[in-house]
Amino acid sequence: MQKNENSRHEPLFHIAKRSSVSMKKAIAVRAIAIVAALLVAGVFIFAITKRNPIEIYKQMFLGVFGSAHRITKALKSLAILLCISLAVTPAFKMKFWNCGAEGQALIGGLACAACMFYIGGSVPKWLLVIIMTVTSILAGAIWAVIPALFKAKWNTNETLFTLMMNYVATSLVAFFIKCWAKDGSGILRPMTEYGLPQLANTDYLLAVIVVTLLTVATYIYMKYSKHGYEITVVGESENTARYIGINVKKVIIRTMLLSGAICGLCGLLLVGGIDKTISTETIGGQGFTAIMVSWLGKFNPIFMILTSFLIVFLQVGTKQVSTSFRIDTSLADITTAIILFFIIGCEFFINYKIMFRKKEKEVK
Amino acid sequence: MLKKVLSTVLAVAMLAAVCLIFASCGNKTSDFKIGIICLHDETSTYDLNFLNAIEGAQKALGLTDDQVVIIKNVPESSACFDAAKDLVDQGCKVIFADSFGHESFMIQAAKAYPEVMFCHATGTKAHTEKLPNYFNAFASIYEGRYLAGVAAGLKLNELKEAGKLKGDVPKMGYVGAFPYAEVISGYTAFYLGAKSVCPNVVMDVTFTGQWYDVTAEQQAAEKLINVQKCDLISQHADSMGAPGACESAGVPNVSYNGSTETACPNTYIVSSRIDWQPYFELIIRAVKDNNGKIPVDYTGTLATGSVALTSAGKKAPAAGTQAKLDEIKAKLESGEIKVFDTNTFTVKGEKVTTYLADVDDLGDYVGETESVKDGYFHESEYRSAPYFNLEIDGITLLDRGPKTEG
Repeated sequence: MQKNENSRHEPLFHIAKRSSVSMKKAIAVRAIAIVAALLVAGVFIFAITKRNPIEIYKQMFLGVFGSAHRITKALKSLAILLCISLAVTPAFKMKFWNCGAEGQALIGGLACAACMFYIGGSVPKWLLVIIMTVTSILAGAIWAVIPALFKAKWNTNETLFTLMMNYVATSLVAFFIKCWAKDGSGILRPMTEYGLPQLANTDYLLAVIVVTLLTVATYIYMKYSKHGYEITVVGESENTARYIGINVKKVIIRTMLLSGAICGLCGLLLVGGIDKTISTETIGGQGFTAIMVSWLGKFNPIFMILTSFLIVFLQVGTKQVSTSFRIDTSLADITTAIILFFIIGCEFFINYKIMFRKKEKEVK
Repeated sequence: MLKKVLSTVLAVAMLAAVCLIFASCGNKTSDFKIGIICLHDETSTYDLNFLNAIEGAQKALGLTDDQVVIIKNVPESSACFDAAKDLVDQGCKVIFADSFGHESFMIQAAKAYPEVMFCHATGTKAHTEKLPNYFNAFASIYEGRYLAGVAAGLKLNELKEAGKLKGDVPKMGYVGAFPYAEVISGYTAFYLGAKSVCPNVVMDVTFTGQWYDVTAEQQAAEKLINVQKCDLISQHADSMGAPGACESAGVPNVSYNGSTETACPNTYIVSSRIDWQPYFELIIRAVKDNNGKIPVDYTGTLATGSVALTSAGKKAPAAGTQAKLDEIKAKLESGEIKVFDTNTFTVKGEKVTTYLADVDDLGDYVGETESVKDGYFHESEYRSAPYFNLEIDGITLLDRGPKTEG
């Protein structure tokens, strides 16, 4: 430092970590980000379509809240996305990069569909529901624990491993559909007579209730239980965890079992409760979207309600825009991307501050 | 703090919703609305074909954009029922869905909303469900495929005369999506069309197990060209994968769903497609003007304009193709030529005299309807969706989808 004293050059700006940021300020930064995102996206939409951006945002809003049916539909999507997000949260908090939620949920759904297909009708309905639930949860858990075991035993790369397991799950689903739909069409007709009970004659209420309970349970588990504490410590530093006597391997395996089980539950809700059929598209990429929900929500199940709502709002809203104005669906994707870019980007300004070179000093 | 923000947001949201509801009540020219549910968007040649047709019908009948509500990218799950419900809420009087897997959910919607008409393309169940407001539609596309096959056969003859065949006998390759009746009926008709002008032709078929998979379709076509040594390729899948592979390899291609000439100027021969515009006009007229009835099971034909051939390519087709196509088309329309004439094909070396087809799709996958009468297989007569699924001689199935390959 002394050596460079004469030629020391202060950069135009530098970035410094904020030690702490007040709740008020954090909310303000996020609000600015959302407004800025809407403005930029609005300008972009106007440039491309020459339509009033206010009209576009109105349609987005209507797409989610425009009718009682749309609200329930959004609630249903919210419940499913939140469910998968809750599933990946403990793993991510532990810094175990579980990119396999898609496959874990799909395999849970497949187990559920298999129960409906093979034993539907030959056991009482209540028993079928129990069997479906147990097998789905087990299937998801097994699918998740395989990469965890490999990680714990041979330190394999869990990102790749879980990702590859998705493809295996998708192919298994394609294989079983081929066995079950004998006309070769690749379409399994819904098995409407079986499945989870419908509450109040709706397909979404059960999912909403289950996921609400799950959210609370996950919150308590992560925040107040010993397991939750162990997950946090392993995530922060494996060495520290080992030093204070936490069995890291055990925590990894246990957490992935839980993560997979919740994914399996999600597959059950989707296949057994909502669709009554399965296809390779049943999860539809939500296993990956869940990762974003979880990160954005800072692994806090309560915040994740908001972030998953944000994602659902964007997905459903932009789809409504392309329907209402007959705009190419890619415009919807671009708008979503712009808005998400700002929202994710603003986290940077919450965690760091930009310090500009102080000019006055030089002048004086 | 959070509560305050939340309550403000909610209040604003509710106010906005109320304003919008009132605003939307005012300016209505006509009550009629039709809703369209599409599996994918314009990037799929299959959905594009429907989108073009509904736009054509909209123009022809003078409907506004507000009267034709199109929802794209609706998967074959309960999302289809949700989309139908949303269209009902928007005031649609007739709702149309374009994909096979939408059917169960359309039936569910038809039962829930008896006052709305539900029409479904490629479905199989309308004639057995017997609902007053649920209808199926398809077209005798096997006639279009047959014509496309004739163009292919003529091209093979030309290659043969020029000594450009890769093997001893002319060989065609076919990329199919799934090994079920709709695809089997299509490729068999295509093969028989080619065979009618090029008698010793053979054909290899491979399946991708996906309706829309650019890479899989491209690779399947490449396999047929390079490994199976096929002289000409056709396809029944929805991406540009196979035609693109043909253009790169310089192998002639008979397309589907619409002309691919712009992308493949050197190899495009002709394309058959179902023109859905006549059907859209029919259902709109029936519901909007109470003019006519929607048939339970509508089969569009060459005569209704539902089965169409796009104009032949400028470079690839053999000389005299268009004249021959016009001649055969007239014979198909008059009934002089039957596509599935049992004198023109054999199954395991035997002529087919009887076949029970699975016309009533009750989930048993068992044939119950005698479909071979008067010397030909009666395709699309007992229901609109194809049910011809015989595996005839001369066609080799290389696989039954990607998962059964060794």
